Amino acid sequence: MGQSSYRRIKMEKKTITFILNGEKRTIEVEPNDILLEVLRTKLGITAPKYGCGRGDCGTCTVLLDGKSVRSCLILAVEVDGHEITTLEGLSKDKLTPLQESFIEHNSFQCGFCAPGMIMTATELLKKNPHPTEEEVKEAISGNLCRCTGYVSIIEAILDASKKY
Amino acid sequence: MSEYKFIGKPINRIDEKDKVTGAAKYVDDINFGPNLLYAEIVESPYAHAKILSIDTSEAEKVPGVVKVVTGKDFPYKFGLYMKDRYIFAQDRVRFIGEQVAAVIARDPKTAKKAAKLVKVEYEPLPAVFDPLEAIKEDAPIIHPELASYPHVPWYYPHGGTNIAHWRKVRKGDVEKGFAEADFILEDTYRIPRYAHCCMETHIAVGFVDYNGRLTIWASSQSPHTQRHLIAEALRPLGFTEQNIREIVPYVGGGFGGKAGVTMEIIAAALATTVKGHPVKVRWRRDQEFYNTYMRQQVITKLKVGVKKDGRITALERTDYWDAGPYVEYGANVVNAATLSATGPYNIPNIKMDGLCIYTNFPAAGPYRGFGYSEIMFSIESHMTRIAKALGMSPREFRKINGIKEGDPLAYGAPMNENGLIECIDKVADAIKLEEKEESKDPKKAIGKGIAALWKAPAMPPNVTCSAFLKFNEDGSINILLSGMEIGQGLLTVMAQIAAEILSVPPEKIRVELPDTDRNPYHWQTVASHSTWLLGNAVKRAALDAREKIFDVVHRALNYEKDHLYLEDEKVKCTTDPDFELPLKDFVINGIMMEDGTYRGQAIVGSGSIMVEFASALQDPETSQGGHPNVHYTVGAGGVVLEIDKETGRVHILKLAEAIDVGKALNPETLKGQLIGGAVQGIATALYEDMRIDENGKILNPNFTDYKIPTSLDIPDEFIPIFVEVPQHDGPFGARGMAEHVMIPVAPAIANAVEDAVGVRVKAMPITAEKIALALLHGKKEVDDFFMAPTKKKEA
Repeated sequence: MGQSSYRRIKMEKKTITFILNGEKRTIEVEPNDILLEVLRTKLGITAPKYGCGRGDCGTCTVLLDGKSVRSCLILAVEVDGHEITTLEGLSKDKLTPLQESFIEHNSFQCGFCAPGMIMTATELLKKNPHPTEEEVKEAISGNLCRCTGYVSIIEAILDASKKY
Repeated sequence: MSEYKFIGKPINRIDEKDKVTGAAKYVDDINFGPNLLYAEIVESPYAHAKILSIDTSEAEKVPGVVKVVTGKDFPYKFGLYMKDRYIFAQDRVRFIGEQVAAVIARDPKTAKKAAKLVKVEYEPLPAVFDPLEAIKEDAPIIHPELASYPHVPWYYPHGGTNIAHWRKVRKGDVEKGFAEADFILEDTYRIPRYAHCCMETHIAVGFVDYNGRLTIWASSQSPHTQRHLIAEALRPLGFTEQNIREIVPYVGGGFGGKAGVTMEIIAAALATTVKGHPVKVRWRRDQEFYNTYMRQQVITKLKVGVKKDGRITALERTDYWDAGPYVEYGANVVNAATLSATGPYNIPNIKMDGLCIYTNFPAAGPYRGFGYSEIMFSIESHMTRIAKALGMSPREFRKINGIKEGDPLAYGAPMNENGLIECIDKVADAIKLEEKEESKDPKKAIGKGIAALWKAPAMPPNVTCSAFLKFNEDGSINILLSGMEIGQGLLTVMAQIAAEILSVPPEKIRVELPDTDRNPYHWQTVASHSTWLLGNAVKRAALDAREKIFDVVHRALNYEKDHLYLEDEKVKCTTDPDFELPLKDFVINGIMMEDGTYRGQAIVGSGSIMVEFASALQDPETSQGGHPNVHYTVGAGGVVLEIDKETGRVHILKLAEAIDVGKALNPETLKGQLIGGAVQGIATALYEDMRIDENGKILNPNFTDYKIPTSLDIPDEFIPIFVEVPQHDGPFGARGMAEHVMIPVAPAIANAVEDAVGVRVKAMPITAEKIALALLHGKKEVDDFFMAPTKKKEA
């Protein structure tokens, strides 16, 4: 601690270009900027949430080239040239059958885990359109929810899978 | 009215579309503009120390730092029921992580770096963590000025000690009761601390405009109470309720942790130092564990005497609650739980003591269940053990002693109407309690257990809440209230209540989230009282609007008001079957008369209610007299579980709960709550295991090591059951159940574990490790309490 420990490390800003919810975006970031915070504070994308900042809870889940990732564990510079999809990008025209199913099952209570949970479930149904209950449980086991006990979420995903 | 159109129906949540599209905004989703500043907190590394000096000069030099604030800037106390905490530590710190100073900067990275440059010199003091140690005569005193702290009249602090509140309940003659008993069971139970683990961490943004008005955006259960407590604390700076506004958007979970005031006051105070700039304070996940509230640690000494026929003759218990260093809210948990620490049983001779004890762990306070999960673990473990000792079924033993309407409560007032016996029977039947099951796997054993529950809302006797309701041109409605949607489905149920009265479907009703400038008063969204009390306020607002509707129709069209009724969004008349007038035709624009004039008014309604029959005036030595609780909600829970005898791992095959909700206003949202709360109960029983080192530092303030349940940890089957013994003063007969569903789960699991493998775990959590070790060493009882740290070594 003390003055000697503080050094303003000059960090070169970097310009990155990536596809965000179907639109090409170019922004300047610092090399240690976290993707979650860049999305939330610089790009107006607020569906992915801060829940733990260390990849434990899944509230910040987004799709990176179609694969679910924890945006709190990804540096913004890493997505240069890639494609990011968040909850905002799912239903620009109309709700997906999965979203409809979540509404029908009253799946979410406080709703804070929903943006991450829905992205994980979206990835699951894309890879495995007709999962078993065990496969659903396994797929969403990295997305924590404190309100629901998961039952209403699992039922909604299984129900939606019948529509794919 | 026998048949309801919207009440009792599985109406979909009216907030669900907001939540599945990302439209739902939480505090951190609001754009506060380019002037937004960020605060980083300088925290105490000691559990108990004097602050000798604070040097902020190096931090202030960092480019981007706007201000560094310390305790000397805000020498003001605050608290809900007792003023025992400061916005920032003053001359001493009392737990690891306590806020000592804050750096306000243009960006979070700068704030974080500069906070490390604030130099604080401490003189460590002896700390105390074990509540039994803290009440010894030579214990370090955590609040030497306790005797001078302002508090509500039903708190009894013992100045000069660490006892912040001591609730005593005395009824009958316990000595005589034990003398009459054929069998007495006496034992000690230990419940550790738990964390709420809302998915959204606490966050608050404060903003003082150039006219000096303070606005707070917070993730909160208590907008009006926060406004009031912050106004009280900041009065010396000229703030009053009039010039403070609190706005609360969607909240990512509460569970009691966002009630009262904790870190929100920091954002408010910081904002006063940087006018024109919003200041954001967002807790990290680790801060969420140690600097809001936690659930209290409790050590219970319980003695119950019974006759051979199963009648309980006497109950004596002392509960030692570790409430941490600030108990302004937590002492009321002790108060409420002690008054009801008999459990839902009619017992003639009672002696109960609840001691709220200051320790140097982080502050503890309200958590879903408000002390009842803790007291019911010991009671319900005891009930099953005694039943077994008497050779009775745990079901029959509970039914013999179960409290009925009109029976005297421990403090003398009569018990309300309730379906306790029905709940116990339904749960016991659902899990076939008396039928022994064998596992197909010889390495595994199956066990069954039940537990009863009760809980009353813990509130001041004059709690009040209110609602406004207004119609729009399309016949849709906005309801303004200050109850918080924290996930429980409040918005939907309030819409259903208004819908039923006004015949407008819930999908045409918006229920607005609180803004204290616009939405009317509500004390706090706590205590599972909102369905009951706020439901009545909304019902009154809807009836008020209906009266105005009928008045307009009467004045314009001469129909007798008594003959008018509402159906399908239309006014109809019992004496004129051909008459029907759509609400949207006149609720704003009125009704045109033959001469071209109009009769009407924009239809609005208001409703407000106060509990006018409760009283906290009780004899401090006995708690007799008074009427501290409005009513109890009762129920029961049961589990069937399977234990791997080699690993000790518990898997729940079936979980049933029956709750007497009075009237199930929305069976679907109730079911969702029941399942979610039951899983939170399972979490405390089987998974969550907070570890604290000998210096008072939490070792696992994160989801990597503090394991909350995932989708893989839930029971195979849930059986939700709703019993409906109407609450005479509830809206459509309803009473609350939000916290209750968590309460029976842990003791039911403890009872089932003993049933399966013969091991009685008396110290939560009931981890696989404890069961496996007990089986390995042939132990029948487990009272290891991993969390209690060894006494701090002398410096």
